[in-house]
Amino acid sequence: MKKTILLIFLSFSFFLFAESTFTVMDAPNDDGSALIINWNIDHPDLVKIVLQKEKANGEIVVLVETDQQFGKYVDGESVTAGTEYGYQLYAFDSADQQIAKYEGFGTAKVQWFNTNKISLLFMVVVLTAAIVYFIFSAKSGKELYIRKISGLESMDESVGRATEMGKPILFVPGILDLNDMQTIAGLTILGHLAVKTAQYDTKLIVPVCRSMVLSTAKEIVKESYLKAGRPDAYDPDSVFYLTDDQFGFVAGVDGIIVREKPAANFYLGAFYAESLILAETGFASGAIQTAGTAMPSQLPFFVAACDYTLIGEELFAASAYLSKEPHQLGSLKGQDLGKAIFVIVLTAGIIMEIFGIHFLKNFLTLH
Amino acid sequence: MKRQIPLIITFLVGFIVIFSEFIPQRFFGQISSTLEEWFLIISGFAIILGQLSLFKVNFLKIKFKQPNWPYYIVTLISFVVMVGFGAFWGTETSSGFLGDGAKIVATLGDKPFDYLFHNVYQHLSATMFSLLAFFIASAAYRAFIARNVESNLLLIAAVLVMLGNTSLGSALTGWLPESLKFLHLPRISEFIMKYPNTAGQRAIMIGAGLGLIGSSLRIILGIERSYLGGK
Amino acid sequence: MSAHKQIDRRWIFLLIFICVALPLIFVIGLPIETTENSRLVYDLVQNTPPGSKVILSFDYDPGSKPELHPMATAVMKNCLERNVKVIITALWPMGVQMAEEIHEELKTEYPQMEYGVDYVNLGFKAGGMVTVQAMGKSFRTIFPTDLNGTSINELPIMNGVKNFDNIAFVCSFSAGDPGIKQWVQITHDTFGKPVTGGVTGVSAPAVLPYVNEQQQLTGLLAGLKGAAEYEFMVKKPGTATSGMDAQSIAHLLIIIFIAIGNINYWRNKKKEAKGGE
Repeated sequence: MKKTILLIFLSFSFFLFAESTFTVMDAPNDDGSALIINWNIDHPDLVKIVLQKEKANGEIVVLVETDQQFGKYVDGESVTAGTEYGYQLYAFDSADQQIAKYEGFGTAKVQWFNTNKISLLFMVVVLTAAIVYFIFSAKSGKELYIRKISGLESMDESVGRATEMGKPILFVPGILDLNDMQTIAGLTILGHLAVKTAQYDTKLIVPVCRSMVLSTAKEIVKESYLKAGRPDAYDPDSVFYLTDDQFGFVAGVDGIIVREKPAANFYLGAFYAESLILAETGFASGAIQTAGTAMPSQLPFFVAACDYTLIGEELFAASAYLSKEPHQLGSLKGQDLGKAIFVIVLTAGIIMEIFGIHFLKNFLTLH
Repeated sequence: MKRQIPLIITFLVGFIVIFSEFIPQRFFGQISSTLEEWFLIISGFAIILGQLSLFKVNFLKIKFKQPNWPYYIVTLISFVVMVGFGAFWGTETSSGFLGDGAKIVATLGDKPFDYLFHNVYQHLSATMFSLLAFFIASAAYRAFIARNVESNLLLIAAVLVMLGNTSLGSALTGWLPESLKFLHLPRISEFIMKYPNTAGQRAIMIGAGLGLIGSSLRIILGIERSYLGGK
Repeated sequence: MSAHKQIDRRWIFLLIFICVALPLIFVIGLPIETTENSRLVYDLVQNTPPGSKVILSFDYDPGSKPELHPMATAVMKNCLERNVKVIITALWPMGVQMAEEIHEELKTEYPQMEYGVDYVNLGFKAGGMVTVQAMGKSFRTIFPTDLNGTSINELPIMNGVKNFDNIAFVCSFSAGDPGIKQWVQITHDTFGKPVTGGVTGVSAPAVLPYVNEQQQLTGLLAGLKGAAEYEFMVKKPGTATSGMDAQSIAHLLIIIFIAIGNINYWRNKKKEAKGGE
């Protein structure tokens, strides 16, 4: 009997209370700076909803005015972790009369781990482990096969040709700053190239687009000349700044190509629309051209106008490839393993999706 | 020691930034933005080095009357004029040492810096960008030659995409009945861009992404040191 | 590169110049056909309820103005005509100037539109992805004032706009980094808001992968053609539409060049073969 009464009461209360909801909860996976307010107000006369918040100093702020009976609001403004905040939601009818009021309280909490990024962490760990494993395995003396990259193999040929012709070599490390990995990858190749130009006593011209790159490139070239045993041959003005402006820089470099007629041009770094303007001007001057970038949209232009092109990952692999040091080459092997894992995961994902299993897709999607 | 300290800093900063991606604590969140600010401040100071380099290189070329030296005078004059105008009368949103130059604004219709920006700089920039149209034509003329199977495929795809993007493309195949609409040139062009092109782009992006991770790890772990100069 | 005898590049340049310049002077008015990607952008704007607020981000500079400015103008005017309120931001410093130029046009073309009520220019903010991320939590901390220094609390359009929750969609006109990718990665992937936009013709292939089933990007206006398609859909032909004639003719000329290049190549090859015999 008691059970029957309880059941009747629960069913009745469901109809009475369960239809309209108003909740305030902590925003997950954040630094405790946001609260999420959800509402679902079911009232036949409802035309307007006003959501307001009571600040710590007692001040009332209106957050939302809407006609939507259900919705979500993320309050990320002046929310301090550990402090309780009160929210009120008022429902109004067409005569602007208040027909219901709801109240909720919530405290934002700081989380220690962002569970949304678990798949990202998983991938980072797997890739890092693969790269570190191959680095150690290479250090222990294991022979590693790395395929030939013709763009890098031809570097000696380019320097040799420039020396024979008595013409300079032009190196452009892209147009982005030092916080872009492509610029750093370009600069590491510059280091190797500068050793060669020092050995062959060939003039090197390095115009740069960013002041930070200027300081770094200067240092790299100087060290390379020192390493080659030719510190006297180092010209501090061989690395110079032109301008931060994209097309101003292109105009400057084009001018250098036309006037100085370098025998070999290297464009290694991040490039945008200027890629073809540089490469075509270089082609017209008759230089051997090597380009490398990870910008997918610029690669076709470089491929069309240059003799050799380092495509995407080849640019990043260049330094390790040129150094021929086993532990650097080991990291390339690790990358290859990472690529194999990606292919397997992609194939598995396609098959799972065909069969309507969405686990992998959901796991890999970042929210 | 000269080499060790930068390597330790790189290692620590690299790992903190990676971890801060996964730990939503405010302290870690602030680290990334603080480092970004430091970078901006350092590059702000580095600009002075850049300007000095520009000035010195051009000045020396003029001084020693190197070939084409009059061009370098143009660079230096442009540089001094823009800096001077900006410093003396400011820009659209800020005032200079001499205020806003109301008299000049009345004559030119703009502050001197903005006048040059709108009437010289903008047009020069657009001119350089539009050079692309000429270079694309000459590069296409050389690149799309039917030498072998791959270049044939490239040539056919290029012609289809180009035709599909023109009004002529839609006029040429516009008469096709509904059942053969998939052969309509703009549709073929859209298909090529959407599927084969996207697949290729993604492959390059994934490869480059992995390369980037590999390079970053080499730098963070101190294996790659050439960016510090030398080996 | 190929050492085969080919046409002097300067002839190609001259012909391209003529083929681009003439249709710009004497407009032919070739028909324009819309693509799915442009229609998606148009539909997004059309399906946004009047009174909603959207972000238009001007992430380009004068260099890419010829391609991106017409589409930015068309989308902005379309939003305002539909009474969709426009909040302008810029991830590129020069983007502010670009937006201001449209602002000047609006003053004369739509005198009834009020600055601060129907649209606002919040100006440029450095930081790229970090800035977009912070905007997702609180607008006011990133943009406490508009371009003129007016507190955004005093601007009616910013009433109730706290973060991306109060925004219908983001539209970025992007010439590179930071730009549309950052908006996709943060605004769509993290905060779940629709992102759309336009890019230059050369960078479109790299951005197209984001127009996918997950709708990371809702459509994309690709270069001058995308802009012309948008102008066609809103029935307001502008600079992009007149530029399309030039582009179509130039494309045709390039195809002719490719054909000539191939004929020359084969002719040279035949000659070489004969010489070899």
